[in-house]
Amino acid sequence: MNLRSSVDIITEWDIVAARQLGRNEAKDVGFGTVDQARITTAISELARNIYLYAGKGKIEIRQITEGNLRGLLVIASDKGPGIPDVRKVMEDGYTTSGGLGAGLPGVKRLMDDFKIETVLGEGTTISATKLLR
Amino acid sequence: METMNKRIATYINDNIDEILKNWRIKMEEEEDDRFFQIMSNNIIDNTVREFGELMVSSLTEESSTYTAKLNEFSVQVVRYGWSISFVLKALTNFTEVVYEKMDEIEYLNEGDFQTHKEILTNWITPLNHSIVDAYSVVWEKTVSLQKIALQELSASLIPVFEKISVMPLVGTIDTERAKLIMENLLQGVVKHRAEVVLLDITGVPVVDTMVAHHIIQAADAVRLVGAKCMLVGIRPEIAQTIVTLGINLNDFTTTSTLQKGVEQALAMTNRAIVEVNA
Repeated sequence: MNLRSSVDIITEWDIVAARQLGRNEAKDVGFGTVDQARITTAISELARNIYLYAGKGKIEIRQITEGNLRGLLVIASDKGPGIPDVRKVMEDGYTTSGGLGAGLPGVKRLMDDFKIETVLGEGTTISATKLLR
Repeated sequence: METMNKRIATYINDNIDEILKNWRIKMEEEEDDRFFQIMSNNIIDNTVREFGELMVSSLTEESSTYTAKLNEFSVQVVRYGWSISFVLKALTNFTEVVYEKMDEIEYLNEGDFQTHKEILTNWITPLNHSIVDAYSVVWEKTVSLQKIALQELSASLIPVFEKISVMPLVGTIDTERAKLIMENLLQGVVKHRAEVVLLDITGVPVVDTMVAHHIIQAADAVRLVGAKCMLVGIRPEIAQTIVTLGINLNDFTTTSTLQKGVEQALAMTNRAIVEVNA
């Protein structure tokens, strides 16, 4: 099964739309309230990064099956400036926007699997998975 | 040109019943029948007739009279909840029906294509524009009213006891609201001479790093004006995500419910609520 849906992130309110979609999908897969909150928060972080650093991009949410586990795959993609130092952004407390610097490392901890692909000047794609255990 | 417009108007006026009938059939074919089912027949008949009159008036009357009529009509269809695409389709179909009919009986004798095209452009294009305009005016008004309503609901600081105030936060916090929260919080603290402020986040659906950041900043600012800030209404799932995100709220006194928060705030100001034995 490969149900997918996506939200374009252009304005700040699209972040709300993206996480609403995420919450509904998570509910649909059968995640409990804590995992729902984790997934929604992760989506919120990813969508906000798109809005803050790339200007616009897309959040895609897919229901997946891995082995006999169901789960949710969140893909955040943009054609923004890319991330110069991936290791640095994964450090807690590193920020270029005056925020808390907990976004990306936080997302990694909130989800089960986390991947960043980034090319300077071309954009960034982040995929994060959460499996229902 | 003028006479051409008049001729079309006369034609429409003379054949209005048949045109409207054909137009309606056409609309029913294209649109879900659902639409025609929900609206009562009476309303549809009336609106369709008004629509016909409007079309004629757009050809013959002074632009001011016609604009007033158009506005009235737009407001009405907006109120009925007709979608803009439906109304625009209705417009196109109406013209098509009129032209087909006129063509059938060769009302506009010689097929001067250029003239027809000009009439169509001069007639329909401004009509399309003004309908879109009327719709967007209604929308903009609704959006700005809702924005005001939201601002009024946002972030009011409520004095509950002497020296203790509560700010309940409900709904999504974006940058604009965060600013408003900060302003109201600081003004309120000074105005009510609060010593302890309770920020209640029971109604905030998602606490991500941005929301946390704004809350931390607000608390720092509150400290600067000489009061203490407490975070209350932290739901279990929010507590877990805050911990996982690695947000440090150690400088805060936090409680799960507003009630416990108020008790602690009273303790901080050396007071307590006691039961009175009668």
